[in-house]
Amino acid sequence: MSKITYVSSKGVSQTVDVLDGDSIMEGAVQNNIDGIVGACGGCLQCATCHVYVDEAFLPKFDEIEPEEEVMLASTAAERRPNSRLSCQLRVRPEFAGCIVTMPDSQ
Amino acid sequence: MSVLIIGGGQGGYQTAFSLRAEGYGGSITIVGEEPHLPYQRPPLSKGLLLGKQQERHVFLRVAEFYEKQNIRLISGTHVQSLRETPVSYEWLVLATGARNRHLTCPGAEHALYLRTLDESQAVKQRLEAAASVVVIGGGFVGLEIAAAARMLGKDATVIEAQPRLMARVAAPEVSQYFREQHEARGVRVLLNSFVERLEPNAVILRDETSVQADLIIAGIGVVPNDELAREAGLAVGNGISVDEFLRTSNPHIFAIGDCAEYPSRYADGRVRLESVQNAVDQATCVAKAICGKPEPYTAAPWFWSNQFDIQLQTAGLAIGFDQTILRGDPTSNKFSVFYYREGILKAVDSINQAAEHMTARKLIAAKANVAPDQAADAGFDLKSALL
Repeated sequence: MSKITYVSSKGVSQTVDVLDGDSIMEGAVQNNIDGIVGACGGCLQCATCHVYVDEAFLPKFDEIEPEEEVMLASTAAERRPNSRLSCQLRVRPEFAGCIVTMPDSQ
Repeated sequence: MSVLIIGGGQGGYQTAFSLRAEGYGGSITIVGEEPHLPYQRPPLSKGLLLGKQQERHVFLRVAEFYEKQNIRLISGTHVQSLRETPVSYEWLVLATGARNRHLTCPGAEHALYLRTLDESQAVKQRLEAAASVVVIGGGFVGLEIAAAARMLGKDATVIEAQPRLMARVAAPEVSQYFREQHEARGVRVLLNSFVERLEPNAVILRDETSVQADLIIAGIGVVPNDELAREAGLAVGNGISVDEFLRTSNPHIFAIGDCAEYPSRYADGRVRLESVQNAVDQATCVAKAICGKPEPYTAAPWFWSNQFDIQLQTAGLAIGFDQTILRGDPTSNKFSVFYYREGILKAVDSINQAAEHMTARKLIAAKANVAPDQAADAGFDLKSALL
């Protein structure tokens, strides 16, 4: 279980426990957090779980695989250097305290 | 102000979600037949069977979501007639989905089916003890189940009546590639094969061949759940007939997703599609219409299927094509097939090429034409056709 903070596009933050092994997208669904859709269920088909990862935590996550890179080119909101698809971010204990900000559109 | 949504699948859920996202302040009720919270079907024949995905992750939202959004969820309830709905409504959305077509041969009761969460769990449980699995039907679902069974170390056989796999939706080049890939991974593929009867542990073909199976699963297509509409006197064709705004013949009743037959600019005719994209985008379109922002439904169709480590993605509709162009080399395990009708690009199948698929979605949506000789030229930049 790791504490993850989700910040809405309007700046409202919610800190919740996410099970290790779950993705940041799944953590949002399990904790009823708005702002992440995940329409395809984490199959890298829809790019609706886009988040901006806190810079300090960015290097801790696995690198972007080519398949995620493709979908990051199709996000509804602006792609930034810290953009990730949260279905690909599997929580591990070292991510405790991670902050992700959700874009204003998915 | 009230909306009643009949059907608690991806489309029903998305309608409620999109209504609230659009600011709809009236009451929303979802009536679902299954005893579960709305869930996603794609993992049922893939990750869930393999144990790669946990059951709690198939649910689209947790129960608190519906409470917080003031969406009333009535599960485990089958609506018998539109004259006796659980709540009254100003707008009705039929998102009743489809059900499995069942085998009718002698011994048909020995086959399992896989469409619901409960069925997926039953198949998963039976798979554990089974050494051999026969799948009847070589479409997306059948092939996904066969792949999962093989990945779990089972003997797997696919029985298909057509001369090739995925014959309804794919070009011969794609069918051939998937046949080779399944066979290379140990799946036995029997084409042109007709099931005569089932025995508890065997499938008997018309030529009296007996295929032994600890577990028999049929994936032979679905039938739209259009009875409610039919009984209410709404127009019904291959599914519930709707117009370009997804309205039935009663303008206060919409139909979306697997149960709805709509006029598609990508088909040059009426189609009924069974996909996540179709359910989600039609639900969003209907939610906007209810909120006073009606727009014709024009989203470009796309689909995906994962079998073993192979990903097939389709953009557009490969209906009535008269020409196919192979782009890339199947032996490299990365290639596409472009489908044309009278020289116009109608659909693109991409195998293990997500980037090309995303470009294809844009090409199809923009009705951009890539000429057949351009598609065949691997050096041609597809994105240049979007400019």
